[in-house]
Amino acid sequence: MKSKAFFEKIATYITKWTFGFSIISIILGFIIGAATLALAGFNPIEAYGIMARGVLTRPSYVAWTIIGSTPIILTALSVAFAFKTGLFNIGAEGQFMIGAITAAMVGYFVELPAIIHIPLVLISAIVAAGLWGGIAGVLKAKFGVHEVISTIMLNWIALYLNNYIVLLEGLRRATSQRTHEIQRSASIVILEQWKRSPEGREWLRGHDFFGDALRTPLNWGFIIAIIFAVIVWYILNKTTLGYELKAVGYNRHAAEYGGINVSKSMFTSMVIAGGLAGAAGGLHVMGISKSIASLAAMEGYGFNGIAVALIGGNASIGIVFAGLLFSALQYGGSKIQPALGAPSEVINIMIGTIVFFIAMPKLIKYSLQNFKKKRGAKNVR
Amino acid sequence: MRNIDFDCKVVEMKNIIKKFGDFTANENINLTVHKGEIHALLGENGAGKSTLMNILYGLYQPTAGEIYINGEKVNITDPNVAIQKGIGMVHQHFMLVEPFTVTENIVLGMEPTGLAGKMDMKKAVQDVEEISKKYGLYVKPNEKIYDISVGMQQRVEILKALYRGAEILILDEPTAVLTPQEIKELITIMRNLTQEGKTVIIITHKLKEIKEAADYCTIIRRGKHIDTVEVKNTSEAELASKMVGREVSFKADKESKEKGEATLRIENLVVKDNRAVEAVRGLSLEIHAGEILGIAGVDGNGQTELIEALTGLRKIEAGNVIVNGKNVTNNTPKEIIENKIASIPEDRQKRGLVLDYTVAENMILENYAKEPFAKHGIMNSTAINKFAKELIEKFDVRPEDEKIKARSLSGGNQQKVIIAREVTNDPDILIAAQPTRGLDVGAIEFVHKSLIQQRDKNKAVLLVSLELDEIMNISDRIAVIYEGKIVDIVDAKDADENTLGLMMAGGGIQNEK
Amino acid sequence: MLDSLGFIIGTTLMYSTPLIYAALGGVMSENSGVVNIGLEGMMTIGALIGATVGFYSGNPWLAFLAAGMAGGGLALLHAVASVSYGADQVVSGIAINFLGPGLALFLSRIFFEGATMTKAIPLDNKMPRPIHGLLPRNSFLDLVFNQYATVYIAFLLVGVVWFLLYRTKLGLRIRAVGEHPRAADTLGVSVYKIRYLCVVLSGVLAGFGGASMSLAIVSNFRPTLISGHGFIALAAMIFGKWKPQGAMWACLLFGVSNGLVVYLGRSDAPFEISMQLLSMLPYVLTLIVLMGFVGRSSAPAANGVPYEEGER
Repeated sequence: MKSKAFFEKIATYITKWTFGFSIISIILGFIIGAATLALAGFNPIEAYGIMARGVLTRPSYVAWTIIGSTPIILTALSVAFAFKTGLFNIGAEGQFMIGAITAAMVGYFVELPAIIHIPLVLISAIVAAGLWGGIAGVLKAKFGVHEVISTIMLNWIALYLNNYIVLLEGLRRATSQRTHEIQRSASIVILEQWKRSPEGREWLRGHDFFGDALRTPLNWGFIIAIIFAVIVWYILNKTTLGYELKAVGYNRHAAEYGGINVSKSMFTSMVIAGGLAGAAGGLHVMGISKSIASLAAMEGYGFNGIAVALIGGNASIGIVFAGLLFSALQYGGSKIQPALGAPSEVINIMIGTIVFFIAMPKLIKYSLQNFKKKRGAKNVR
Repeated sequence: MRNIDFDCKVVEMKNIIKKFGDFTANENINLTVHKGEIHALLGENGAGKSTLMNILYGLYQPTAGEIYINGEKVNITDPNVAIQKGIGMVHQHFMLVEPFTVTENIVLGMEPTGLAGKMDMKKAVQDVEEISKKYGLYVKPNEKIYDISVGMQQRVEILKALYRGAEILILDEPTAVLTPQEIKELITIMRNLTQEGKTVIIITHKLKEIKEAADYCTIIRRGKHIDTVEVKNTSEAELASKMVGREVSFKADKESKEKGEATLRIENLVVKDNRAVEAVRGLSLEIHAGEILGIAGVDGNGQTELIEALTGLRKIEAGNVIVNGKNVTNNTPKEIIENKIASIPEDRQKRGLVLDYTVAENMILENYAKEPFAKHGIMNSTAINKFAKELIEKFDVRPEDEKIKARSLSGGNQQKVIIAREVTNDPDILIAAQPTRGLDVGAIEFVHKSLIQQRDKNKAVLLVSLELDEIMNISDRIAVIYEGKIVDIVDAKDADENTLGLMMAGGGIQNEK
Repeated sequence: MLDSLGFIIGTTLMYSTPLIYAALGGVMSENSGVVNIGLEGMMTIGALIGATVGFYSGNPWLAFLAAGMAGGGLALLHAVASVSYGADQVVSGIAINFLGPGLALFLSRIFFEGATMTKAIPLDNKMPRPIHGLLPRNSFLDLVFNQYATVYIAFLLVGVVWFLLYRTKLGLRIRAVGEHPRAADTLGVSVYKIRYLCVVLSGVLAGFGGASMSLAIVSNFRPTLISGHGFIALAAMIFGKWKPQGAMWACLLFGVSNGLVVYLGRSDAPFEISMQLLSMLPYVLTLIVLMGFVGRSSAPAANGVPYEEGER
């Protein structure tokens, strides 16, 4: 009897807590992932063990996880920001590309001291991608084109624009499908020069922890992503702009009645969302790829951002953790293939499962309620 | 009693209980209806009458209780079973598929079919024409629903039931959208149906119609069965007190008052509706300080468009709106609010509130960017909550919690939040559109009192309502709107329902028969 | 010149085919009121299963049907979530788009020794071309009409879906459920059954679309085989105003740009143009056309809105 009361308490708590559904969905994701592995003849405990060790046991592993989380945290913030204001931004993918293209160009063509160059590249990427996102906002506000459809179109347009720009004379690296690398002054890799210098190498050889961590292109991107997460939280919860945008998101008719300019809000919201995704693309170029390449298909930063936003409950703090989890799964998951021969795509199945359960809080609510009481069969249909 | 067969109990519902979670919508309700009778189900909004009928029609399953149709115990698991048992229902909000034709709507679910599941539209149209003729329910079989009048839509709904061989017809608030004349027609139709041996159950909260049409009346209050009475042996007052549970006066207390200057002047206003058809067509009107001007009319005669135009939500094609001598034509909603027009919107959940915002956040919907609620774009939640607390107390919003979401308030309390906000803006003009729709008697009284208070404070109040009684009760002057124009304006003291009804139907006094 | 035209038309038809299947899937699902942005995932699993069954059984028809079933199976998940549990249909669709490709690559690695690319189906076991060899080789008519059977089936299905939706009683009920589920429910039409049927059928069609890629246009499955086709199909369906014939024309528009790119990419192309800009064209065109839709109200009224039977 006592344990029953305890369960009830837990159940009520979970259904009320913002991240309760996410936590349960994540657990279910791990269970389904394990079942899938077991069905395919692999030992799930072994696989998860490899994943966990592959993420946590060395500084460089942790560094890779953090590096991998940076762009998806930002695209997730983009998706979540738009979502809070009632818009579904499938276009983070394309906005990411626009940010990356801009960063690659401004990073390569402009030569400035790092202290000016870095912010310039980042801001250019944000502005360009913000305007790109704004196109969808205008199309929605002025022409009633649903943002899901327009951003899908804009993703493809961005992809082909990317491929067009990569091949432009002057930017294209000879005999390759890539652009030239950006100037050193636009790089945000931590201690990039120093760690390659003789003194740096010498010092790092003597310090295992840093030596290992800095073998990766660890960069300031993650810190910048956290700062953006805080800014997004602040805008949405503490400012009149956030009040307006959320009002439009929850109920545009009421917002309009209350004197809020709905069209302008939609545009603003998509510009900010685009800017966030653009920051992701810009930071990716400045910290990791240093250039952009011709693409055969979407890279998935935007789509992964959607999953991260959903898992993170569309809240800044949740997104940071969900981004780290996602990145850890991706990075750790890649290690079960060589070690066990188990398909690393199991992590996509896990992520899909998590999102799937997040889509239907009702299922979880019902299941938890069944803890509380067996409902009369008569009124359940 | 025309031709009621008292030996034949067509419907018997015994001890019906229906719970939604912790809420009990029906508590041990009994209902007996005889063949050939018109039986009224009376109760306030939310009393549980629609729930009971939805159970009879198989849309809900009762938590407990038994149902007998023609003496046979039945288990109505879904509407299919109800239809089989000869039960048909016309819902308050019409259940019509707008882009479908009249015929398609009527035959849906029982379509005449040819080879390979192909529909036999020819036969469908014939069938519809046949029953339409038999019961005198005139419709145009090939018109799309969005092209026909509300009255015809209702006839389509009745035909839907008859097409399925309904013997028992449930009509849920059938008169809400009709003119007094159309209501008379409907009563005739109901009588015709009982003449043919059908049984009619009407759900309503309008006493006059019960007196006019029904044979028996069952009264439900707060989910409980109060009484079943023979209508001819009872009075409207008695029915009313049984419905509400106390004596009610239908006359709002209101002292006479001299009206002042014209605060709001509307000149030759032209406004288009969503389909770009002119809905307001050269409407002119003056509303004075210290008066309530009621606009009476049947739904869809331009009221919605007029209000939206006045509040800046819809483009004005031609004409002027002048507030205190200032032309505010086609101003933005924000500018309109700044020009001291406040409004209680027609649809409180769609327009009036952001349901997912807290009560406090809703209280500042029009002033969120102003001090003390915000400074330099940063919101001040302490000031907001303090303000909200004051209003909650002053307007008796329940529960007294400014931090809960507006969604979790009852309809009446939601309306209180809106009124609190609008009145606190200290407007010169208050526009109230259908301010009591869906509210219970207590909340209605509160709304009426608030409107009269504004008038007494020398504000101009524009009341738009589909409830003619409401208009007649609290207005000082009554303007009748028909097809986007004001047909006539009369003093409330001199108004009588028949004349107003005729004008609402576009008849005008000169056409009186 | 005529041959060039024939080549362009032929390639257009071929490339439009997978889109048409998936777009018809979208038409089915959304006319019943369930938004399906999971078409992409359903196509991917269809492509993998098609290629796998095709490779191991040697029977393209069996493979095609298996692909449809796989797509339908994945769609069943979407149906459970969005019909029975009132899920946010877009979110559920996103989940499907992770699950479909994830499962496809997972299974590929299981069935093909850890490879994410399936082994190629021998030419003889690919989708047949019913009129192959009947027309003079590389003549105009041959270029246009000598297509894989899947191409013919796709266009046939456009007619079938149109007939189903607009001429049968099932179609009337489907559209009623998509427009006003409560009205249908009160008349005893089961909203859940209809929606389950339509969503699963949409998955079957998307699965066919994937297989028409992996069994006909190419002869194996690889990770980038279905890259955004499901989303383009979705756009085509909206562009086509939720109607089968409209969706078909929109798919042809996307196909023709593909055809042009292939044609102009050949060494004997009459002039040079940036492939990238040309590829961009249909998307830009779609946006411009959508801007012109002032009416906008062509989506089923209840599309995307969860419906609960017997609740208030």
